[in-house]
Amino acid sequence: MAEYSAFSLLKNALSGNKDWKPAWRKPDPKASYDVIVIGGGGHGLSTAYYLAKEHGITNVAVLEKGWLGSGNVGRNTTAVRSNYLLPANTRFYEHSMKLWENLSHDLNYNVMFSQRGCLNLAHTPAQLDDFARRGNAMRHLGVDAELMTTAEIARLVPALNVSATARFPIVGGLMQRRAGTARHDAVAWGYARGADRRGVDIIENCEVTGFLRDGDRISGVTTSRGEVRARKVAVAVAGSTGQVMRLAGIDTMPIESQVLQAFVTESLKPFIDTVLTFGMGHFYMSQSDKGGLVYGGDLDGYNSYAQRGSLPVVDEVMSEMLALFPGLARVRMLRSWGGVCDMSMDGSPIITTGPLPGMYLNCGWCYGGFKATPASGWCFAWTIAKDEPHDINAPFTLNRFHRGLVIDDKGQGATPRLH
Amino acid sequence: MLITCPYCGPRDVIEFTYQGDGNRERPQPASQDLDAWNAYVYDRLNPAGDHNEIWQHSGGCRAHLRVVRNTLTHEISSVAFTRGDHKAAARHKAEGKI
Ligand SMILES: Cc1cc2nc3c(=O)[nH]c(=O)nc-3n(C[C@H](O)[C@H](O)[C@H](O)COP(=O)(O)OP(=O)(O)OC[C@H]3O[C@@H](n4cnc5c(N)ncnc54)[C@H](O)[C@@H]3O)c2cc1C
Ligand SMILES: [Zn+2]
Repeated sequence: MAEYSAFSLLKNALSGNKDWKPAWRKPDPKASYDVIVIGGGGHGLSTAYYLAKEHGITNVAVLEKGWLGSGNVGRNTTAVRSNYLLPANTRFYEHSMKLWENLSHDLNYNVMFSQRGCLNLAHTPAQLDDFARRGNAMRHLGVDAELMTTAEIARLVPALNVSATARFPIVGGLMQRRAGTARHDAVAWGYARGADRRGVDIIENCEVTGFLRDGDRISGVTTSRGEVRARKVAVAVAGSTGQVMRLAGIDTMPIESQVLQAFVTESLKPFIDTVLTFGMGHFYMSQSDKGGLVYGGDLDGYNSYAQRGSLPVVDEVMSEMLALFPGLARVRMLRSWGGVCDMSMDGSPIITTGPLPGMYLNCGWCYGGFKATPASGWCFAWTIAKDEPHDINAPFTLNRFHRGLVIDDKGQGATPRLH
Repeated sequence: MLITCPYCGPRDVIEFTYQGDGNRERPQPASQDLDAWNAYVYDRLNPAGDHNEIWQHSGGCRAHLRVVRNTLTHEISSVAFTRGDHKAAARHKAEGKI
């Protein structure tokens, strides 16, 4: 299957790159499958890939209403990290990190995973103490973390305003060196190709419009391209979770759909070679391989399916950027866009069997699910194949709210816009 | 986005604080109905379309408002006082404070 290799690159270069084959087929939906995965985002595609690779379940269809990458997998700011506080989160995101570290090799597809580090800035001694606590919690579970002084930070990110007269002086930071970024489209395409090669049908422009039932059991879906039956139906639709669950008769979920925006500047020479987060507001930035600064901030803060952002947040993000990097005042912003996030009530995801018989649910990724893409698919595939969670995703149930077992890393309570 | 406060008139959204879903019913404080508490704290309708929600005009008259806003288009079809604030606002008005 080694379609991409030094040899194949050379061979195709010499023949004018005319002989490359499409990375995945374009099959029509069959009448039935063992498993249907609704949603051709990163999580749906990785689920299909690991179903085939880890569990030998290849009679699988991924149904995507648009084209691959049209959802949040192609809209995010590509930061990958596992610097969480609570054990359930740390274990899950570290499992993801380990998969990231081998992903290009595993997929034979360069996802451009770049471990350039992720640095959280602290602006008060109390915040630095809090970061020290988080770093210790991470190291207890075998995850790398180190506290940095202001002088070390100034050397790492020379453009940063570290002066004592800054609006929010920087007193230190928490660094995870193994964190970084990955090329988000490549992640979707790599998983799609890997799943396709193992027999999975990836069906684009196929919107799920309803569920089929056999008595109580979900037994398939109706789509814009006809009925498709399956023994198991898995939902992985990120910001559309509320809408799709409503099609199955479930009217309320512990989820709100809200918009997050992202921004890219014109290309600059190498400017910053880590992912940086600003602890006093909500701002984060990295530099893409093309040179553009990629950055974002808070959610717009109210329910929205608009997939575009509002101006007040643009204003706020820009002012936070300038508080950190006064030197960027005259750099032009090229593009901005929004994505609809499925904000859960404790900020943590849901990966579970049910809630209806024959159904499996993967949602609640908030604005941090890109880094979870490998582990999300890996755990969801396990859950679908074995009808029970793996230890790693066992805490991420749907009824944890009801049972008082919330996984609230930020300690913000049931206010999604604060997570 | 402009929200037309019944007191202050049309104002920019930055003057307001979103207080979330306006459909939720808070159980009586002494209630031990766990399902009702769970629904109140965690469950959301999250519609794509008209959404009944609460906003506070925190940068203006501070009244709490019941707003019906379309979550696809951000079009606002109605704004009214929430019940308690309506009374307080009427009192303030009578006292000449607004
Ligand atoms: C601006 C922005 C920045 C972000 N930055 C980061 C970051 O730096 N790091 C990080 O870890 N995370 C980040 N995230 C979050 C991350 O992108 C998401 O949590 C994650 O991508 C969601 O999983 P997904 O890839 O499967 O979702 P999606 O790609 O949205 O996949 C869901 C798919 O379901 C499809 N679908 C919906 N309804 C139907 C239907 N009825 N029938 C068929 N298909 C349907 C959609 O079309 C969509 O393609 C960011 C998100 C945004 C919006
Ligand atoms: Zn007002």
